[in-house]
Amino acid sequence: MNNQINFAGEILRATKNEMKKDPKSIVMGLGVTDPKGVFGTTLGLVEDFGSERVIETPTSENAMTGVGVGLAISGHRTILVHQRLDFFLLAMDQLVNSAAKWHYMYGGQMSVPLTIRLIMGRGWGQGPTHSQNLHAWFAHIPGLKVLMPAFTEDVYPMLCAAINDPNPVIFLEDRWLHGQYGNTKNQKSNIIFEFGKARLVRSGKDVTIISSGYGSILSLNAAKYLANHNIDAELIDLRSIRPVDLNSIVESVAKTGRVLVVDSGHEFSGFASEIVKLIVTYAFSSLKSAPEVIAARDVPEPTSHGVIGEFKYDAFEIAQKAFQLMGRLTPPDCKNFLKPLLSDVPDGNFKGPF
Amino acid sequence: MNYKSESAIRIIDTAILIRRVEERIATEYQNLQMRCPVHLSIGQEFISSIFSAVYIEGDTALSTHRAHAHYLAMSGNLNRMIAEIFGKSTGCSRGRGGSMHLVDLEVGFLGSSAIVGNSIPVGVGVALSHKINRNGRVCFVFLGDGAIEEGVFYESANFAAIHKIPVVFMCENNFYSVYTNLQPRQPKGRIISDLVSAIGIKSKKVESKDPIRVLNEIEKLVEHSRSGLGPVFIEIETYRYIEHCGPNPDDDLNYRPESEIKTWRESDFVESLEIFAKANNIDLDYIRELENSILNRIEEAFTEAKNAPFPTLVDTLNDVYAGARNE
Repeated sequence: MNNQINFAGEILRATKNEMKKDPKSIVMGLGVTDPKGVFGTTLGLVEDFGSERVIETPTSENAMTGVGVGLAISGHRTILVHQRLDFFLLAMDQLVNSAAKWHYMYGGQMSVPLTIRLIMGRGWGQGPTHSQNLHAWFAHIPGLKVLMPAFTEDVYPMLCAAINDPNPVIFLEDRWLHGQYGNTKNQKSNIIFEFGKARLVRSGKDVTIISSGYGSILSLNAAKYLANHNIDAELIDLRSIRPVDLNSIVESVAKTGRVLVVDSGHEFSGFASEIVKLIVTYAFSSLKSAPEVIAARDVPEPTSHGVIGEFKYDAFEIAQKAFQLMGRLTPPDCKNFLKPLLSDVPDGNFKGPF
Repeated sequence: MNYKSESAIRIIDTAILIRRVEERIATEYQNLQMRCPVHLSIGQEFISSIFSAVYIEGDTALSTHRAHAHYLAMSGNLNRMIAEIFGKSTGCSRGRGGSMHLVDLEVGFLGSSAIVGNSIPVGVGVALSHKINRNGRVCFVFLGDGAIEEGVFYESANFAAIHKIPVVFMCENNFYSVYTNLQPRQPKGRIISDLVSAIGIKSKKVESKDPIRVLNEIEKLVEHSRSGLGPVFIEIETYRYIEHCGPNPDDDLNYRPESEIKTWRESDFVESLEIFAKANNIDLDYIRELENSILNRIEEAFTEAKNAPFPTLVDTLNDVYAGARNE
């Protein structure tokens, strides 16, 4: 494990590489030069590239996003970093009215190569305003692209693609994935990520599970358990929220006829609803039963660790839904296998405080 | 011709151009072919006219919903502006932006925004690029008294001060946010430029009505910024004569005191241009010829705009993303 790079390390590696390639590129954010370097994802950048290109910012989310737009239209690929998505809500004006529209609104004369890294909190009492997964908001806006990596081996090509894209890209990172290792050791360095291309994590014939971000990791655990119980689940990790990989979704549903959409956003008016809408529109005749959804409850997330395990879904709830879709009872040992004892940490080593 | 009279001529040219263009828009608006909100600058020409003699090639500017004057002062293409207001494909934003989203990259006019305060941080970012490129250029950011009430102004000003960013904030204080006077919006006795000074930005309220004196004051401030000493903030009081948005007078609504309107009208800059011309040894024939040539230019711009095609639906579906069509 030690000679491998984890998710956070892959973010840093991609950032460094792109900054080396383009001497005009800039990284900005609160904490990008501090001793912790945004969970290690910006460590050493200021030493390598200097404070003119790695800019520590004031606590001014809206203005800094506008500054990012100004830099981007002046030819500087700019990466903005936020330690929590929730703080970035202060920047909605600059995101929606400036970044997303600058290219279109002025007749296609200027482009906005802006990458906005947003870290989504989870567990450890993050609570109502530190845990929101609002990719549906961003995906709703024409002019924005939205990425959400799940697997460590996808991080490097996906972040490179975001930085190289001539449009504003929202890059969503689940905090719990930062420590995740993956099959990156023998990975080719020249893999190019294509926007709107999902990852087929697992092929299967019985039921399709469509997920993204941390939900894909949970879904993979569920799929392994399902396999031991003779349910062959196909798992699609979307990776790209907008544009979304319609072909992969339709092809898979055509094969399985049963589909479960797993989403970390709230259920009402959410991203899962959009996926279900696409399935109903483009794969209706393949469906053997109504599409199912597991999403965040339509309730703000409470802080108390005493209740969070019950409040949130885990791999267990995903498997449970899959058994339902197959018309089978959930085996009694499923919960023991798939519901963690501690639902507020990614693993035993996690000790907070963020 | 010496530098001073060159600047005086530039000021006169700009003032008359803005006034006559805005008047023509007001007249034509009733024909219902310019079907978008227009925020006219009639009465507010002074600072834009001075600005036209201050900026240099390579400088950049961003503006607000009331952008016509700034765009024209920077030599933005008149025909493309009028076409944009008519919603035509030949418009500066190809009919996508309208009056509130003007752009002319050839002259460095990088955009204007309908959202109060929205273009401020973008201008600071553009100016930061000037600083990084060490090109001795500044970005002018036009804003009004209303934008001072937006949080993003403080965020942007603070960041510009920290990094000594070459941005010139041009604050046109016309006392009204739509129909609402400063009085319920900002504390009594507030001097905006003093407030900005406390952020750490060299700030000045320009009080003089003498164009050359104001020109000199502003040039000095811009030079401060240009030479790398940091942002500057220039406040100037001004007055719009007609409604906040639209082509008509609205003083029948009685939201502004008659005495205030009278005072501003009596010191109208465009109407006193002949005195200014004389003081700078500019022949009055020059103004007469200028008026004619400007009217011709305007006539041509309106004719061209009316005859130009609208964008097609296919065209308006493009460019949502750069580097890709119809994604």
